[in-house]
Amino acid sequence: MTSPVQTLSKSLTVNDNPFMKPMEWVSLALLAAFILIVLPATLDAFRLNLVGKYLTYAFVALGLVMCWGYAGILSLGQGVFFGLGGYCMAMYLKLEASSVENTKIQSTPGIPDFMDWNQITELPLMWKPFQSLPLTLILVVAVPVFFAFVIGFAMFTRRVGGTYFAIITQAIAAILTILIVGQQGYTGGINGITDLRTLHGWDIRTDSAKFILYFLNGGLLIGCILAAQYVKKAKLGRILLAMRDKEDRVRFSGYSVAGFKVFAFCLAAGFAAIGGAMFTLQVGFMSPSFVGIVPSIEMVIYAAVGGRLSLFGAVWGTLLVNWAKTTFSESFPELWLFGLGALFIAVVLAFPNGLAGIYRSYVEPRLTRKVKALAPVGAPVPHGTPAE
Amino acid sequence: MLGDYSLGDLGAIFAMQGFAGLILFSVYVLMALGLAVIFGQMGVINMAHGEFMILGAYVTYLCSTFFQTHLPGLFGIYFFVAMILAFLASGALGMIVEWTLIRHLYKRPLDTLLATWGLSLILQQSYRTIFGAREVGVELPSWLIGSVQVTDTIEVPINGLFVMAITTLITVGVGLLMYRSRFGQQVRAVMQNRPMAGAVGIDTEKVDRYTFGLGCGIAGVAGSAFTMIGSTGPTSGQLYIVDTFLIVVFGGAASLLGTIASAFSISQTQSTLEFFLSGSTAKVLTLLAVVGILMVRPQGLFTLKVRR
Repeated sequence: MTSPVQTLSKSLTVNDNPFMKPMEWVSLALLAAFILIVLPATLDAFRLNLVGKYLTYAFVALGLVMCWGYAGILSLGQGVFFGLGGYCMAMYLKLEASSVENTKIQSTPGIPDFMDWNQITELPLMWKPFQSLPLTLILVVAVPVFFAFVIGFAMFTRRVGGTYFAIITQAIAAILTILIVGQQGYTGGINGITDLRTLHGWDIRTDSAKFILYFLNGGLLIGCILAAQYVKKAKLGRILLAMRDKEDRVRFSGYSVAGFKVFAFCLAAGFAAIGGAMFTLQVGFMSPSFVGIVPSIEMVIYAAVGGRLSLFGAVWGTLLVNWAKTTFSESFPELWLFGLGALFIAVVLAFPNGLAGIYRSYVEPRLTRKVKALAPVGAPVPHGTPAE
Repeated sequence: MLGDYSLGDLGAIFAMQGFAGLILFSVYVLMALGLAVIFGQMGVINMAHGEFMILGAYVTYLCSTFFQTHLPGLFGIYFFVAMILAFLASGALGMIVEWTLIRHLYKRPLDTLLATWGLSLILQQSYRTIFGAREVGVELPSWLIGSVQVTDTIEVPINGLFVMAITTLITVGVGLLMYRSRFGQQVRAVMQNRPMAGAVGIDTEKVDRYTFGLGCGIAGVAGSAFTMIGSTGPTSGQLYIVDTFLIVVFGGAASLLGTIASAFSISQTQSTLEFFLSGSTAKVLTLLAVVGILMVRPQGLFTLKVRR
């Protein structure tokens, strides 16, 4: 790891700092090819939908790379933003599914079924904005980002950081879960919002719709990677890194540390929210079990396994961990928790930079040697193990 | 909300809810004490703290079945034996964990959080494999069953009183250990200035290990006391962990008095609200209030003034 001074001085010479290095373009091309060509070509509709679900978690992992890896803020409440994004989307879909003719048998037609069961006779104010699709698409990102801004602003301007911040985000995840489960009439309670059918008249339950949504998801993910890469390469990314390594020095240089931290946290929240909305669209429901403490911490391990400093690693890590989870919990349900626990410990103790770290210190040096020997041709091998 | 009750009824309600809150307070204090010792001393967040507590609860359960089948004559006092064993078991496990895991991570507190979370998953699954997924309860000795009638509307359960007595004893014990003994002096010295403490000849690594063991041991005793008022399952520990963290942070790390004060205010608020509102709303309001106060005053209720 380079010292902040070195990284800062490097950024002053802009010319040798291109948007992406050749190797990074190769990594991006490999990832894109794997997600958009290899997987759809080899998997059946059910498995592809499953991978699509995993990839929605990769949005969260991507946000964590920016927020945790670069800015040094560990949030244990990313499930909150994932959930808020997902719930915003689910509320729109649910309202569309509970049109007056679909809900004729209810005592109040035209409102979601769980409200009717809980003796609510009028659509609550909170649900009103979600009758319009454009407004919903804005709110999917705006609500979580605003929420992150409030939390981040309150905490970072008072210089709360490190473990304190982690605990407080965790408490917020717990509060939101209890709130959603408790306010059954407004949120659907523990079951969440289920039975979602159409998006603006387009049936999302068919195989073809799921296929299209998978590609939309993959495209958005690559868009988010490019956005994160832009932040990382800009001066902003340098400041984030410097802040993580020597916060005081950045502050004394005249930068607003709190402002940059709030930005990183909001960025991570925005990514997570997009992931949540895509989750709802692809899986067809949203429930509090994706909001709480346990899923939030699990999302941290995706980023940790992939490498907390690597955008591509985060995606590979997410795919790998989820693939392992599905395989193990299908065949050895008892072993999975042992495996996951051991993974947490191993990643922290032995591989703090995850798959990307292993790649960088063992595979890349050999590759570059071979590429130089074989120059000018030579195709690098993908890093990380392809899932499925 | 209050109109339907007469003044006397309200008094009784507050007394009974206050007492229920005191029992909750006892469990919180016991759990938070161990955490505060570890967090205050080393700045380490032990996410597996709840699982150390559950280990104590399972030890108590094993003890109760052992006494029932082999020593029915001594069943009345099994709880005291169980508590000592719970302390030793959790403390020993804590010291092993410190030696194998935590001591490599002192410079990376956020990573400790993840590693101990992994540990908690492993422990949970071990409990599930060994004791089964179902919750287990212990048989109370006959002298702990029943309640004391204070007035004709107020009665207090004996096991609750017993848990409170145990809590008071342990709190006083920890207070004496931390503020009146040579060991406590070393712990506080290391906490305030690690290099200086090392320079005057304190074995800081040893102090770390014993402190971690002590914190985990107290968690084990908390688990032991917990069996008196509730049943134990593999994931029971996780239910309390967030509350406990909030208590420690709210109280101000490294302050035993702060921990007790914050445990008291949180448990009383929660149990009083619980009577008038639904359980979940009460919990949400309590936690929100705590998080809100922490946003305004991040250092917690009581702070230790140390020159760094």
